[in-house]
Amino acid sequence: MSSVTASEPAVLDVARIRGQFPLLAQTVGGKPLAYLDNAATTQKPQPVLDTLARYYAAGNANIHRGVYALSQEATEAYEGARGKVAAFLNAAEPAEIVFTRNATEGINLVAQTFGRSRLGPGDEVVVSGMEHHSNIVPWQLVCEEKGARLRAAPFSDAGELLVDELEALLGPRTRLVSIVHMSNSLGTVNPVRRVVELAHRQGIPVLVDGAQAAYHMPVDVQAIGCDFYVVTGHKLYGPTGIGALYGRRALLEAMPPYQGGGDMIASVTFERTTWNELPHRFEAGTPHIAGAIGLGAAVDFITGVGFDAIVAHERRLLAYATEALTAVPGLRLVGTAADKASILSFVLEGVHPHDIGTIVDAEGVAIRTGHHCTQPVMDRLGVPATARASLAMYNTTEEVDQLVAALARVRELFG
Amino acid sequence: MSDLRDLYQEVILDHNRSPRNFGRLEDADLHADGHNPLCGDKLSITLKLAGDRVADLRFEGSGCAISKASASLMTEGVKGRTLDELRGLFDRFHRLVTDQGAAADEAELGKLAVFAGVRDYPARVKCAILAWHTLRAAVDDRHEVVSTE
Ligand SMILES: Cc1ncc(COP(=O)(O)O)c(C=O)c1O
Repeated sequence: MSSVTASEPAVLDVARIRGQFPLLAQTVGGKPLAYLDNAATTQKPQPVLDTLARYYAAGNANIHRGVYALSQEATEAYEGARGKVAAFLNAAEPAEIVFTRNATEGINLVAQTFGRSRLGPGDEVVVSGMEHHSNIVPWQLVCEEKGARLRAAPFSDAGELLVDELEALLGPRTRLVSIVHMSNSLGTVNPVRRVVELAHRQGIPVLVDGAQAAYHMPVDVQAIGCDFYVVTGHKLYGPTGIGALYGRRALLEAMPPYQGGGDMIASVTFERTTWNELPHRFEAGTPHIAGAIGLGAAVDFITGVGFDAIVAHERRLLAYATEALTAVPGLRLVGTAADKASILSFVLEGVHPHDIGTIVDAEGVAIRTGHHCTQPVMDRLGVPATARASLAMYNTTEEVDQLVAALARVRELFG
Repeated sequence: MSDLRDLYQEVILDHNRSPRNFGRLEDADLHADGHNPLCGDKLSITLKLAGDRVADLRFEGSGCAISKASASLMTEGVKGRTLDELRGLFDRFHRLVTDQGAAADEAELGKLAVFAGVRDYPARVKCAILAWHTLRAAVDDRHEVVSTE
């Protein structure tokens, strides 16, 4: 394992961090819980839980409509959360942040508005071969409707995007590139700045799926230069049911509405309806007010801990886990990109991942097994499924050890 | 590890390691494919009839220990049976792996009773039942891919 160098900027007090996540203290069948399924969803810290409870206990009112104090306060809290998410992603202004249910809805929103209005027969959308199903299926739907074509840029055996091959797919028919920032099944961190640069050279807008990246590394949408970026609250130590779409103002303004209803309109008559200004145009109906406020608390929490400390801690942990798992007889890591973060997908010779999952669960270790909603990745690598341990800021080397010990049990049982 | 041994019984581990009736019958009368998208398990069954009895059957595919052993033990359990008996066995096996009070049936299930432990692992029921659903589809002559999702 790599040693801690003096130049490392910040040290994470893991014990103190864990103390703020009540769920982590539990045991499973008498064994301490080692929660290593963070790529599926992260646990929630006390400040997020408190914010949600406080909102419902003392702050609940509908927003953007009441003249009374409570409604105004709820509106301020909701719009304040938008400001926090905007700052977290370094959007140019809060109006470029649209609240959604999750990352999936953010992508569907862009597919159904931007995609639907821009795609025609023979046009193309380019993704990568390592996309989550949520960055494949929305494009298939709109492509099918419009007679357009979805193309996927390949990746190497190690799980690295073949950027030249992606570039070769770009052309006059390409209407959008939609690419994952960090792969949830391989851990690969894609060179999204470079992809944006290549696409923009040909005037092609880029959507980046940041569902995995956003809790592992600082995201600056302006530095990346992307046109859209989606995140999901439940993987940001925040509530389920809330996510955000960042869109550059010029693009959002040109996009037709997503869903119709209250809040997204400026005026309605039976003859003609005019749309509300950004971002409300894309938020029809009463939104997940509590969720948005909870997400605001979650990004405050992350910012409070600081990405310097988070990145340094997770990097050490990943190096430790990579070494520990590589030493397990018969284990092969799936996804060994030079630039990767916090995810260890693996297969064990002679044992199906599903059996691994059940056996390590009996040792208190929660990992994910299966295709991780990335079936094309499994097909490309010729494995039916993998076991996946995914790390977050609160994980420890002891938990990695617990996983390794549990894998020894797998061997014991399966011989 | 006593709990896990209830699930991963020696018989199951043995059939996982060396599955019986593995392969494909070229001159099959009936066949069906099964798929469990959650774990990526894929299974294909071919079957030969003599009258209304199962003369021979094979399975092939990839999957976890539970699904492979279940397919293997199933092929042993149904060979020589009539299609009606087979449907009854399907129902009994289904009850065995899903119903806490199904102990009474174990005697009639013979070796298949080793899967009783599965009922304590709800996430694994689909693994144990995949082969049976696929067999059911084959004898009912349905040729769409059976999915346990
Ligand atoms: C890379 C990636 N994209 C998108 C998603 C979808 O997130 P959600 O289900 O919250 O919409 C996930 C979640 O697993 C993911 O890992």
